[in-house]
Amino acid sequence: MKLKKNIAISETGFVFDPTTGDSYTLNPVGMEILSLLKEGLELEAISARILEKYDVEKGVLERYLYDFLGLLKQYQLVEEDDEN
Amino acid sequence: MKTKITVAVSGLNNVDNPGPGIPVVRGIRESTFFEPRIVGLVYENLEPGAYMHDHVDKSYKVPYPSEGSGILMERIRDIHAKESIDVLIPNFDSELYAFMKAEPELKRLGIHTFLPTLPQFEERHKSNLPEFGEKYKIKVPKSRPITRIQELKELEEDYDYPMVIKGKFYDASIAYSFEQAQIYFNKIASKWGLPIVVQEYIHGTEVNVVALGDGRGNTIGAVPMKKQYITDKGKAWGGITLDDPKMLELTHDIIGQTHWRGGMELELIRTDKKELYLIEINPRLPAWVYLAVGAGQNLPEALVKLALDYSVEPFTAYTVGILFIRYSYDMICSLEEFQTLSTTGVL
Repeated sequence: MKLKKNIAISETGFVFDPTTGDSYTLNPVGMEILSLLKEGLELEAISARILEKYDVEKGVLERYLYDFLGLLKQYQLVEEDDEN
Repeated sequence: MKTKITVAVSGLNNVDNPGPGIPVVRGIRESTFFEPRIVGLVYENLEPGAYMHDHVDKSYKVPYPSEGSGILMERIRDIHAKESIDVLIPNFDSELYAFMKAEPELKRLGIHTFLPTLPQFEERHKSNLPEFGEKYKIKVPKSRPITRIQELKELEEDYDYPMVIKGKFYDASIAYSFEQAQIYFNKIASKWGLPIVVQEYIHGTEVNVVALGDGRGNTIGAVPMKKQYITDKGKAWGGITLDDPKMLELTHDIIGQTHWRGGMELELIRTDKKELYLIEINPRLPAWVYLAVGAGQNLPEALVKLALDYSVEPFTAYTVGILFIRYSYDMICSLEEFQTLSTTGVL
């Protein structure tokens, strides 16, 4: 899963999709996840980074992470690897 | 040194459902090439543009086109005798026909326009949209012009609710039942006359393009936009420029095939499958054209250049992700100004 190339993320957590004109705001953790996706990291690597940095159980993180990634898909901000 | 010109502009009703006049004037005033004198053509005493002296140098009342093109042209000749108009930009759909018909005479008088041709204007009518789609291989919703309410019932065989009920020039409402459709039919017909156009409802997001064609198949400029906030009249209160190559491709395709001459606005629906349906072509620059100016494409200036036979290089870029936000502003005007325009027809 990759973040679409033209998605713009500001330092304040503002996300803009220039194709649809839609914009979103992220909390700091959401912003971190999106930045890691933008860097091209795989899900396991993102999960590992967050677990390393925050005091959170793996199961809890994964549940929220998958929910969040589902939202990104729903808003068409990401593309599956085979779409490239 | 800039070239001095006089440009006559209508559509100065800069109200909550604004005409394109003032945004067009702002573009022309920001020209690096022209030093314009702006002559406003107003239909009503309270059209704000007539009182916006930073934008409009002098305003003249003109008769509605429905009173006859002869009377309208007589008034234009009278104004031209005083102002020496170089370019005339009509901004209302309802007056375009009269000015297109008068184009040869305007030319004789030395007044330049840059309008669509009559065949271009006619074939993109809402009521001709299915034929337009078929001719140019463009996806359009099913639609049919009707003149009687009974025809709505007949349409139920081919169309599911919701249906879009549209006026021939302006207004559109989404009807979810026959009863609603009936109400909208009567409401829109009493305002804009018949036929009423009934259109299949396409699920998706509305997106728009403002564009300018040179009449030879070239797109001089095009900027796609999505409305961010829509008023209860369905007008954009805010909008943002998009980076959508498919919308631009479609615009180039339409202008290339039709050899569109002048400004236009494409109203499109983008479905969840990312297909683009053309729902309407407005044959003039829209009220949000100043967004294009702000994004780097001064289409009103380019239109004036084309009208005056200057060669114009097509724009190749624009800024993505910039917004317009419309606001209302109360001007304080003296009774003297109001009475002068009301009684003499000149301000």
